[in-house]
Amino acid sequence: MHLDTLARLNAERAARRATVLVTDTGDGTQRLVTEAEIDRDPLADTLRKALAAGRSGLVEADERQIFLTVQAPPVRLVVIGAVHIAQALAPMARAVDLAVTVIDPRTAFATPERFPEIDLVPEWPDAVLGNRVPALDRYCAVAALSHDPKIDDPALKAALGAGCLYVGALGSRKTHAARVERLTQAGFPPEDIARIRAPIGLDIAAVSPAEIAVAILAEIVSTLRRPRQDR
Amino acid sequence: MIATDTDILAAAESWRREGRQAVLATVIETWGSAPRPVGSHLVVDGEGGFQGSVSGGCVEGAVVEEAMEVMTEGTARVVEFGVADETAWRVGLSCGGRIRIFLERID
Repeated sequence: MHLDTLARLNAERAARRATVLVTDTGDGTQRLVTEAEIDRDPLADTLRKALAAGRSGLVEADERQIFLTVQAPPVRLVVIGAVHIAQALAPMARAVDLAVTVIDPRTAFATPERFPEIDLVPEWPDAVLGNRVPALDRYCAVAALSHDPKIDDPALKAALGAGCLYVGALGSRKTHAARVERLTQAGFPPEDIARIRAPIGLDIAAVSPAEIAVAILAEIVSTLRRPRQDR
Repeated sequence: MIATDTDILAAAESWRREGRQAVLATVIETWGSAPRPVGSHLVVDGEGGFQGSVSGGCVEGAVVEEAMEVMTEGTARVVEFGVADETAWRVGLSCGGRIRIFLERID
């Protein structure tokens, strides 16, 4: 591989743009295809499928073995609510290589003491998303845990608008029904609202905050790793 | 901590910029219970130092040896390790899987 190709690949990844590196395993020739360039590529259909699945893999083209290195941007987890569950979730999420940010305007909750070494933002979500915290994108997971609609709702709206890969919200079915009502009033179509995982987390009968954090993280990982059609 | 494949590729780039040689190994195909998924990377420098993993430790030693040859010759190659291969037994991919690895020099 040319150092230039590697540098471009790393730069695209740092800018959170998806790329596919196309390598002929027979002779080592390569090309880097950015998301914007896919339509013009001879293997356009194949590359689009690989990118949608988010998986690297070997394909046959013109009787040659071609390896596709799919580079989807690293996933960020934005947690809304510096609550007890968030205290357990943030370090666990970091252990599975998610970049974690916790946002909560309530300064009694959002203290460095409660969140050592975690990117903690004691501000309103709608005030910081897009500036102090990078804007949400498709490669973000959002977990709304504050239990306060004034804090959770703006983040959920931003998450649905950005097409985040995972959107979950804490609360009982009753709480969620009220949330659905508010989002409907705000003009969100039912299919968008249906993307919100609520009650949040896989059903593992979790009780303690740390167990609920496990359930949420497991749900995020399963959304990330399972092929889209199986979700 | 170097944990993700992104970090491995970033390491490969910075090694080259520091003037170190680098060969990149990528898992391109797996069968059975291979320990690391397709797309996993390992990067090897001119001294045989490496970052990342292609098999969770089973065949890394042998991959580094192959990488040193690629470093000298400059030609990319595909190597395979598996239960059908005596070498693989020797180097210990005992989990019963088979993997194919693409090795290329960063020029």
